Amino acid sequence: MAKVMDDRRYAESHEWVKIEGDIAVIGISDYAQHALGDIVYVDMPEVGDEMQAGEVFGAVESVKAASDLICPVSGEVVEINEALEDAPETVNADAFDTWIIKVRMTDAAEYDALLDAAAYTQLCENE
Amino acid sequence: MAEEIKTTCLHDRHVDLGALMSPFAGYDMPIQYKGITEEHNAVRQEVGVFDVSHMGEVRVKGPDAEKFVNHIFVNDVTGAPDGQIFYGMMCREDGGTVDDLLVYKVNDNEFFLVINASNIDKDVAWIMSNADGFDVEIADESLYYGEVAVQGPKAEETMIKVLGIPVEDIKFYNFRTLRLDDEDVIVSRTGYTGEDGFEIYGSHDFTRKVWDKLMEAGVQPCGLGCRDTLRFEVGLPLYGDELTDEISPIEASLSMFVKLDKPEFIGKEALARQKAEGVTRRIVGLELEGNAIPRHGYPVEVNGEVVGEITTGYRSISTGKSVAMAMIKKPFDKLGTEVEVRIRKKTFPAKVVKKRFYDKSYKK
Repeated sequence: MAKVMDDRRYAESHEWVKIEGDIAVIGISDYAQHALGDIVYVDMPEVGDEMQAGEVFGAVESVKAASDLICPVSGEVVEINEALEDAPETVNADAFDTWIIKVRMTDAAEYDALLDAAAYTQLCENE
Repeated sequence: MAEEIKTTCLHDRHVDLGALMSPFAGYDMPIQYKGITEEHNAVRQEVGVFDVSHMGEVRVKGPDAEKFVNHIFVNDVTGAPDGQIFYGMMCREDGGTVDDLLVYKVNDNEFFLVINASNIDKDVAWIMSNADGFDVEIADESLYYGEVAVQGPKAEETMIKVLGIPVEDIKFYNFRTLRLDDEDVIVSRTGYTGEDGFEIYGSHDFTRKVWDKLMEAGVQPCGLGCRDTLRFEVGLPLYGDELTDEISPIEASLSMFVKLDKPEFIGKEALARQKAEGVTRRIVGLELEGNAIPRHGYPVEVNGEVVGEITTGYRSISTGKSVAMAMIKKPFDKLGTEVEVRIRKKTFPAKVVKKRFYDKSYKK
């Protein structure tokens, strides 16, 4: 069974969001990295891009397929994890310790509406 | 009504090994066991085994067998020695490809056709419907045969030491029918990986025994995931990507298998015309700048105008480069032409290259 951390919230599309002040740190779950297999490329937006909750902000790609990354909250992209350009496999190694982008949130209520660890665990079990 | 998913005779083995299973060509097939990269590298560097029991087998027998095979097949089997194998296509009158296949010559009156799993029903109907006037018997033996492919530089050693099957004398694209465990087993030096290797066709029981021996010896089981990355790197086509009912072998850049000097075959006029007048589009290789990965269906553009699309694309496991096969309109198919591949919202520069991204190492 894939690991789920209770210090953050989750989107149904398997991204996690952790709050640091008004910044939402976003990555993908352990369940998602496992389902994808060997990750060979992470496609990221540019710093300064404005995201709406539910908008595609990039993709994680395994050898076999590309899987869209969906932004769980609205706001401006303030940082991207440039280390992933050369070492995308770190997402497989530790999905919860590997963030992909940081977004300055415009609506904190969007975070509260995401799944908590228990609800996300339930979602994964049903998939 | 939805068709029920089929399983091969090794299905329980795949499940027990913890394979990631997925539907392919109507069969529940293993995509990967440990991971595509590891399985891919096992085949390039040592040896791996694939369950390819989903493939179809059709036997053509009778006094007109050679004449009939030459009628439905674009390659030329005339006067070939027994035990030789031919790769080629069956085409429609308009040159579109019904399927690509291997033809095994058993003897002048008997040929064994190996066809794609996704096309078995279509192919058998096509073969039957074109047999009027030929003295042949056609038998679909797909349900009888299981098939495994042992592939990689250590394939010969594995066949001999682990399976006890004498293959030293079988040459590339040749086969033998061997009497093993009281049944006739077909063993050929063929594959779909660009490496030396063998394919073994036998009953379901025999296939399970072969698989179990290979597993006991520690041979890496390989899924359809790396089967695709391996065939792609050496520029081999996959029916459904580079060949379809609408794509001719000439357009797929496979004209070396089309023998226009044969007296007749279905599609000859259309293919001869394409060869003489030139085609309007062609499958080529593309190499991308950077790390973005081109995938099947992504548009290829020149100055914002769509000039083609990706048929297969990967980050090549063996070379690390982002490369693809693509169907491109003329004149943008010329080597060195600069194009752009649209990947989601962005475009990435790419160049037309030869569609062989890694050199084959067959043992001929």
